[in-house]
Amino acid sequence: MTARKIEILVGAFIVLACAAFLMLALKVANTGFGGSSQTYTLYAQFDNIGGLKVRSPVKVGGVTVGRVSNIELDRVSYSPVVSLEINADYSNFPETSSVAILTSGLLGEQYIGLLPGFVDDTVLMLGNGDTIEDTRSAIVLEELIGQFLFNRGN
Amino acid sequence: MSDVLVDIQHLNFSRGDRSIYRDMNMQVIRGKVTAIMGPSGIGKTTLLRLIGGQLKPDSGKIIFDGLNIPTLSRSELYQARKKMSMLFQSGALFTEMSVFDNVAFPLREHTRLPESLIRLIVLMKLESVGLRGARDLMPAELSGGMARRAALARAIALDPELIMYDEPFAGQDPISMGVIVRLIRELNNALGLTSVVVSHDVTEVMSIADYVYVVADKTVIGQGTPEQLRADPSPLVQQFLQGEADGAVPFHYKAAAFEDELMELAK
Amino acid sequence: MIANRLQKIGHQTLNSVSGFGRAGLMLFGALLGKPDFRRGIPLLIKQLYVIGVLSLMIILVSGLFIGMVLALQGYTVLVKFGAEGMLGPLVSLSLLRELGPVVTALLFAGRAGSALTAEIGLMKATEQLSGMEMMAVDPLRRIIAPRFWAGVIAMPLLALIFNAVGILGGHLVGVEWLGVDAGSYWSAMQANVDLYQDVLNGVIKSIVFALIVIWIALHKGFDAVPTSEGISRATTQTVVTASLAVLGFDFVLTALMFGG
Repeated sequence: MTARKIEILVGAFIVLACAAFLMLALKVANTGFGGSSQTYTLYAQFDNIGGLKVRSPVKVGGVTVGRVSNIELDRVSYSPVVSLEINADYSNFPETSSVAILTSGLLGEQYIGLLPGFVDDTVLMLGNGDTIEDTRSAIVLEELIGQFLFNRGN
Repeated sequence: MSDVLVDIQHLNFSRGDRSIYRDMNMQVIRGKVTAIMGPSGIGKTTLLRLIGGQLKPDSGKIIFDGLNIPTLSRSELYQARKKMSMLFQSGALFTEMSVFDNVAFPLREHTRLPESLIRLIVLMKLESVGLRGARDLMPAELSGGMARRAALARAIALDPELIMYDEPFAGQDPISMGVIVRLIRELNNALGLTSVVVSHDVTEVMSIADYVYVVADKTVIGQGTPEQLRADPSPLVQQFLQGEADGAVPFHYKAAAFEDELMELAK
Repeated sequence: MIANRLQKIGHQTLNSVSGFGRAGLMLFGALLGKPDFRRGIPLLIKQLYVIGVLSLMIILVSGLFIGMVLALQGYTVLVKFGAEGMLGPLVSLSLLRELGPVVTALLFAGRAGSALTAEIGLMKATEQLSGMEMMAVDPLRRIIAPRFWAGVIAMPLLALIFNAVGILGGHLVGVEWLGVDAGSYWSAMQANVDLYQDVLNGVIKSIVFALIVIWIALHKGFDAVPTSEGISRATTQTVVTASLAVLGFDFVLTALMFGG
């Protein structure tokens, strides 16, 4: 076995491993190398976030525009505050926009649906650090069933 | 520059609880072939490893070329080892390299000579042991005698001052034995080497050695030129030289009297 | 009786502690000091070939089959819930988080680890290591160090290849054979696999396993009793010890990475 042949095979091995990594990073994982792209942060306060988790997607009409970066409880009102990290490419949401916690399918993951609001001269655009006022909380199945039974009883 | 290349003074060495050497003294004279003989199992190889610094004695001095080996730091020891080399009983050739690369190994490791010069030196060394034609063989393809000669070529690659042979005659047929005897003598004279031969092959050793030490019982029991040794009055030395089965070294391993043990069984 | 038992326990403890000490010293001696790139790189490449390239075949084949089996078993369970769309995440997450690093490490211990132990044990038995030392070449730096680095580099790469091949194997069975929609296989995977949380944590795992396996293999070889019996025992010990250590550390790492 000549040194040259060994070097070629080792080179091929390394290339194969790099290809495997690229496949895992780009085709299998969701972020790719996107962590470096510009984002800005919005806040939204909910009554109940259900099963929402950090890194859940933020979608506009089904298109992912960002992710939940943090979830914490407001110290005064004791209601959860969600930080949304939105891709800077989508920076023109009016302050009349609303967010809702939705579920993909019956048993699927929960995500945040962002619904852009109307625009007129008096409406400002949301910027970094702003809070979205119009929020709808997660639907909790148990509450829904409870309400249904209660209504039937009436 | 003194005449004594290796000077062992008051050496004590033990392995675990077993004492191997007790207060041993020995001198190896520059440019001579010094032989160390003794029955098997008394740690002759251990002595070579002590000189090479692979083992540390419990006490005593081992002076090699003015340096006390046991007290050297690691890097000093490695510097000192460049001036000595050792021919192992098995040859210890690197199995994954050809004979040529084996001989070139110390040159490539310790020098920055161009490949053409390395080639020249290696061929020269191989020629001196008569294996120039075998340079492309792998160690597995060599006979025992040839492997030992190839190892010898590697041992002299860096032109050491001291070369230590560990049982160079063991397990050789008479022809390769004769070849190795001749090589040790010739290399010693031609290259101005100092040789230490550890062996228990009395005839071969007596034929090439300038000075002989007989080691037994943890220390040196007899020394001198081969002629002086033959005239040595010690019964132990004589038994060893003559190869008698029983004598000062008893045939029987230490045991209780045989009669007693038989009686014990009969009970 | 009790004194004897105690003595035995004490003896074994002391033995294993001194074994750890020798293993540590060996690694310390091999990795310390300034590296010699002129001589080191060709040696490293040679070892990458022996340790990495020669292990590639077993990794490719077993990765493919494990991916296929995962898809087959996962499908039969998921289809009961009508959730066969989640086959992609099932296959990819099991591979990336657990099976990739662990199975690669176990195969690596069997294929490369045992070979390393036997090789070094044999070099010791035939006095090649002593011979090298007497030629003023440090066997720790010349023999141990390049093998160590080659192992640490090769194993994460092998694990990545194992994962990729496994996911392709899952695709083969899930999509081509069982008829899961290709789009949902990949998109559900993308929605659920995270580069840092899953892919890179898997890589970190396999780096840790590489350190463990290669260290054990080298130490067992270096510390082997230089007889044919000693070498065969050392080789067995390498596979057993390394496999157990990998499984044990896998639990610890999983608890640290995904448990919280």
